[in-house]
Amino acid sequence: MLSVVDLEKTFPAKGNQERVPVLNGVSLSVEKGEFFTLLGPSGCGKTTILRCIAGLETPDSGQITVAGTPLFSSVKNVNVPANRRGLGMVFQSYAIWPHMDVAENVAFPLKARPRNSRLSKKDMDRKVDEALSKVELSHVKRHRATDLSGGQQQRLALARALVMESPLTLFDEPLSNLDAKLRDGMRFELKRLQRELQITAIYVTHDQVEALAMSTTIAVFKVGSLEQIGRPRDIYETPASLFVADFIGTSNFISGKVTGQEGTGVFRVETAVGEVLAMVTSDRPLPAGTEVTVSVRPQDIGMVKEPAAVRGVGRWPGTVRAREYLGEYVDHFVDVDGTNIRVRTGARTSVGPDTEVVLSLEPGYSTLLPQP
Amino acid sequence: MSLSELVPPQTPVDETERGRGHRGLRRPQFSSEFLVAGVVVVVVAFLSLVPVIYLLAGTFFPRGSFTLEVFREAYSSDLLLDMVKNSLIYSVGSTVLATVVGTGLAYLVARTDVPMKSLAYAAALVPMIIPGVLHTIAWIFLGSPQIGAVNKLLEPVLGPGFFNIFSMGGMIFVEGIHMAPLTFLLMFAAFKNMDPALEEAALMSGSKPISVFFRVTLPLVKPALALSTLILFIRAFASFEVPALLGQSSGIWVFTSRIYFALSGYPADYGTAGAYSVGMLTILAAFTVWQARLNKNAKSYQTISGKGFRPSTVPLRGFRRVAGAGVLVYFVITSLLPVLMLVYSSLLGYYAPPSLSAFGRMEFTNYVDLFDSPKTVSAFTNSILLAVGSATIIMLLTAVIAWLVVRGRVRGGAVLNGLAMVPIGIPGLILGVAMLFFYLRVPLPIYGTLLILLISYVTVFLPFGLSYATSAMFQISAQLEESAKVSGASWFYLFRRVTLPLLMPGLVAGWTFIVLVAVRELGASLLLYSPGDEVLSVVIWQQWSEGRMGQLSALGVVMIAMLALLVAGARKLGANVGVQSP
Repeated sequence: MLSVVDLEKTFPAKGNQERVPVLNGVSLSVEKGEFFTLLGPSGCGKTTILRCIAGLETPDSGQITVAGTPLFSSVKNVNVPANRRGLGMVFQSYAIWPHMDVAENVAFPLKARPRNSRLSKKDMDRKVDEALSKVELSHVKRHRATDLSGGQQQRLALARALVMESPLTLFDEPLSNLDAKLRDGMRFELKRLQRELQITAIYVTHDQVEALAMSTTIAVFKVGSLEQIGRPRDIYETPASLFVADFIGTSNFISGKVTGQEGTGVFRVETAVGEVLAMVTSDRPLPAGTEVTVSVRPQDIGMVKEPAAVRGVGRWPGTVRAREYLGEYVDHFVDVDGTNIRVRTGARTSVGPDTEVVLSLEPGYSTLLPQP
Repeated sequence: MSLSELVPPQTPVDETERGRGHRGLRRPQFSSEFLVAGVVVVVVAFLSLVPVIYLLAGTFFPRGSFTLEVFREAYSSDLLLDMVKNSLIYSVGSTVLATVVGTGLAYLVARTDVPMKSLAYAAALVPMIIPGVLHTIAWIFLGSPQIGAVNKLLEPVLGPGFFNIFSMGGMIFVEGIHMAPLTFLLMFAAFKNMDPALEEAALMSGSKPISVFFRVTLPLVKPALALSTLILFIRAFASFEVPALLGQSSGIWVFTSRIYFALSGYPADYGTAGAYSVGMLTILAAFTVWQARLNKNAKSYQTISGKGFRPSTVPLRGFRRVAGAGVLVYFVITSLLPVLMLVYSSLLGYYAPPSLSAFGRMEFTNYVDLFDSPKTVSAFTNSILLAVGSATIIMLLTAVIAWLVVRGRVRGGAVLNGLAMVPIGIPGLILGVAMLFFYLRVPLPIYGTLLILLISYVTVFLPFGLSYATSAMFQISAQLEESAKVSGASWFYLFRRVTLPLLMPGLVAGWTFIVLVAVRELGASLLLYSPGDEVLSVVIWQQWSEGRMGQLSALGVVMIAMLALLVAGARKLGANVGVQSP
């Protein structure tokens, strides 16, 4: 449905310096019906990619093709203007026009079409009604757009994108302006609509929870290049790099050395806190002695009170130094031979400082990251 | 960055150049956008540069070859030193008066519990509504040694003719109080937008309220104060009405009155007028550049933070009544007295200072005559036509310029902005001189028609329109336009259906402001009008020189009423007229 090949873009720097690169040869491929999320910290270029697809920014080089039609190609010198790309887009600020009512906002893309491809008045009204009913705004059709609540404005922006019946719908952090409670509801709603209407969605966000909850595929970006691409579960459970493991969720990073292999993709690693069995995502051979980092999610570590415990594989005695009560869970900071390990337990468990404990880790619950 | 960057590249980009930078591809895709940009640049360049270029050519090359003869003649006059000295004393004096009065009042109204604040707001609108020429004449009725009402009233105490408005002091006073409301507007915003936490922190650190004012408040508004002072100085230096009406008869000449005098004689002395105009333009250009730099600094010094707050109010306690009296006196002097005086004299067949017998002779003949005279009726039509026409043209033009400057992806927006701002350093009178030079050389058939006045008005008021349009443009989120673009709207459709409607409140405010200043315009009109086709301000000027005080007062009262209605209507529509006067 969407194919992006070797997209490059630089921005002018202040003063007489070199231009600053924002995209270094990004390539993506999105299938029909996917909910494809571009995820990354601010300044990673995810919004720039979206705006390049929309036609609001022009890349320096590369190719963008939607449903077989080239929209941009530096080789063929193609650059379709934004207003002829026919892609629906939902903006971060919703960009609802305050001087039009709800129905006029939705009708705008239909009215803006060139004269020869414009629909009849009746068809236009029908399409506007359809779009409004999909997002359940039919009852406020003649209201002033600015009188709507935040959530309603959000849905109106979606209806305006839907009415275009575009092969691809672009979302630029559409939930970031809503308050937390409403955001949860809209997240669910948006996902339901996307699945039901079989929209192909390209979604930009910096919120990992949003990305994990809604996407079929996530592409994680780090300063202008693609870091990892995969299903939400793959990204979370087997991050491909230190950056991904660190950006998505919380992780303990423990450095160590490979001591041997225990089967396909499972290695024995000697670390500062003790021995562990860790999974690896890449096919790269890891001979004994290779320097690696092991990433362990805090909630994957078990903890029991046990004074003077004995060390073993995936079994580390330590002392609780501090704890943080966060309502839904408790984070304990455990000192294991001078290394600080974060252990997340249920809210009911709470172990006070200076208690001797033993940490346990199931084989395969930790990911091995090659040293950068 | 050059002007050529505002128009699309004509030649296709070859493969090698596209390899790096992709200048060809980065170009906006809409040819209509470029077409509009091109037209706007040409129009603005013509308006801003052509008359000035002809003025320079006409003075430096009076007969085709370079000579400084014109300047030598004009500047070797014995009167020169006197004129420079007078210009300086007059401009500095009226600036100081307006700054002290306006700033003090702004502080009282913005930050203290002074009573009768509404009078100060009302007085802030008055100079926009009372044309300078009427304001000056009203003060002649009040302060003339022979016929001045104030002098007559105080004669038993101070003796005859105590106050002489026809003096340097009188000139400074009249110009100063006419400009004070502008200082008030500029400084009011500065005091109002100040974060009260900055002062509260000083109070909490143990400062006395009075030392908080001098050590925190005043330094914080210093950039605004400097800017306001400079704007006023430029205005005073370029002002024409007060020096012409008050200074000329007592031999106090300044640049503007001398330029007008040189042109009103027979034969008109273009050389002298041109040489003095070039001198004024040079000085004004320097000050305008300085002003632009101060403006930039003032922005970086802004004490406005994002969150809304209400500046704390300082209680005046025992001083409250005195301050209130000050506000009242200010209102009476700047607004009430001049208007009352005009109404009074409009009801008299021939002017006499207020007395019982004078009140007995009051009648409405002047108002009746007004509508019987074909000249005044045509002046009304002309003024309205020109004001509405120039305001409409300017706002349409500046809406596009503002879009290109703020939003346009074509580099060179700054150049266009600078070009459109050039006339801010050109007073109406000087533009009139420049236009005369232009049409002396280029005999287009528009000389002697209303069209030449229309072009002049559009040029002189272009910067005002632009600052309204630009600030309105900055209020519109770019996403509102981007969403229209991805919705499939072409540039024209987007501009017409999204940008223009959203800009409308700002454009209406700018339009109203320009209608006001255009109706008041005197300098350019006086030099460029053709007999039989006068505008209102010119008719008032003529009636003054013919001594027809009653008729000019009646005309003035109707004019003021008309402009007051316009302002009231615009404010009702929500336009922020008066707060943003550049």
